Amino acid sequence: MTRPASKPAPLLALLTPAVLVLAWGLVSSARLFPPSLFPHPWDVARGVALEFRSGRLVNDAIASLFRVSSGFLLSVALGVPAGLLLGHSVRAREALLPLVNFFRSLSPLAWIPFAILWLGIGDAPAIFLIFMAAFFPIVLATTAAVASIPSVFFRAARDLGIEGPRLLSAVTLPAIAPQVITTLRVAAGLSWLVVVAAEMIAGRDGLGFAIWDARNGLRIDLLAGAMLVIGVIGAGLDRLLVQLTRIPSVRWGYER
Amino acid sequence: MTGKPLLCLESVRVAFGPVEVLGGLDLQVRDGEFVALVGPSGCGKTTLLNVCSGWLAPSAGRVDRPARLRMVFQQDGLFPWLTVDENILLGLPPSPDRGAQRRRADALLDLIGLRTFAGVYPHQLSGGMRQRVELARALGGETPLLLMDEPFSSLDYLARLKMRLELARILRERPRTVVLVTHDIEEAAQLADRVLVLSERPARVCAEVALDGSRPRDPTDPDVVSAVHRILTMLGLESNGESRLIGAPAATGARGRRE
Repeated sequence: MTRPASKPAPLLALLTPAVLVLAWGLVSSARLFPPSLFPHPWDVARGVALEFRSGRLVNDAIASLFRVSSGFLLSVALGVPAGLLLGHSVRAREALLPLVNFFRSLSPLAWIPFAILWLGIGDAPAIFLIFMAAFFPIVLATTAAVASIPSVFFRAARDLGIEGPRLLSAVTLPAIAPQVITTLRVAAGLSWLVVVAAEMIAGRDGLGFAIWDARNGLRIDLLAGAMLVIGVIGAGLDRLLVQLTRIPSVRWGYER
Repeated sequence: MTGKPLLCLESVRVAFGPVEVLGGLDLQVRDGEFVALVGPSGCGKTTLLNVCSGWLAPSAGRVDRPARLRMVFQQDGLFPWLTVDENILLGLPPSPDRGAQRRRADALLDLIGLRTFAGVYPHQLSGGMRQRVELARALGGETPLLLMDEPFSSLDYLARLKMRLELARILRERPRTVVLVTHDIEEAAQLADRVLVLSERPARVCAEVALDGSRPRDPTDPDVVSAVHRILTMLGLESNGESRLIGAPAATGARGRRE
């Protein structure tokens, strides 16, 4: 039997950010840097509270989350099936993998001008950019996961009379689930990075736009506040996706 | 042997490009027999088993096999995303009677002594326990023929000894025709009714050693010792009664023939 997992220490996870904020406050209070360049955590907290009460922060967070979830889910919905196809078919790999690698090498930010020209300002260009950031890593990781399924699983499935579409649901998908979940975490992080950049340039709202707006208004406290919120939501999204790794039927992929 | 032929290979040849792995091999396994295949490393034992299972089509020759058979694999063939219980249930023939399925699964869990581990995932079990579950899943198919590809090779020595006893006990309760590929000659001599010795590549059956008595045989039994020595000699690992292997027991005498 494997040894039981060590118990998590939530206090430790809270202690390190607390120490960081304390150090930030001390450096800021010591006036080592001008307040216009290095805001005090208290000012940032006050700014965040004001933005929250006005409703702007919540609206921006919702707008960003909507774009990220739309782009990310679209990438998963198309990327996983594309990866399954490429993983199973040598012909498909030969035909499409060079294209996937080409587009994967392009920074999603390079698409910003085209995104604005084609789709204007608002949700659509941001969703498009998130899709361009998340789709290709998902395709590649799914392809690799399918190609590395041990052949013994398919042999055992054949012995057990598992064929056709049932092979996909009973063998292929569960066999790649741990790797795909890890990729989804990476892709969600990428999506969150890209939405901020996209909203800075092609948005009228969202947390990226809030950063740009604060910068234009020289509100360094709001700028830092928006950054904090982005970080907290990003970490929260990852924690949400980590829950997928707690599903008993995928634990085997993380405990060897 | 009185049983009717269950598995029959005639002049089977397998070649991968210019490399001929099986060179016109003949093999017949009768119903109820336990046949072990031994041979030099890389001679094509697993290829032969792949042909027997239908996973690999021969380049030439004829293969008659039962429509349904099950295989126990060298590496983990259990699905790691399913519990022990779910793996065993998956091995049962489909039936709308869920109660009957449950009883069959429970009987198999009892047979391998892992009823209390039913809800556990394979990666939480030891290697020996996993092999027992795989054996139970294979037995659950109620197919007449079991093909076993070095099923205990990844286990440590003591676990291997224990699994030999377990396999013999399980087969007493659920008799099957078995073809076992193994590199462990003592294992073959303890368990099999016939040990077939394969030649170097391209492999053919070059010799056969028959053994009597109930399984598992005592490894110190003179017949078993003699069989082990005969096989070692056939494989070129022993000559003139002098073992080339450190610790190999002395030869006495055994039934066998060279082809």
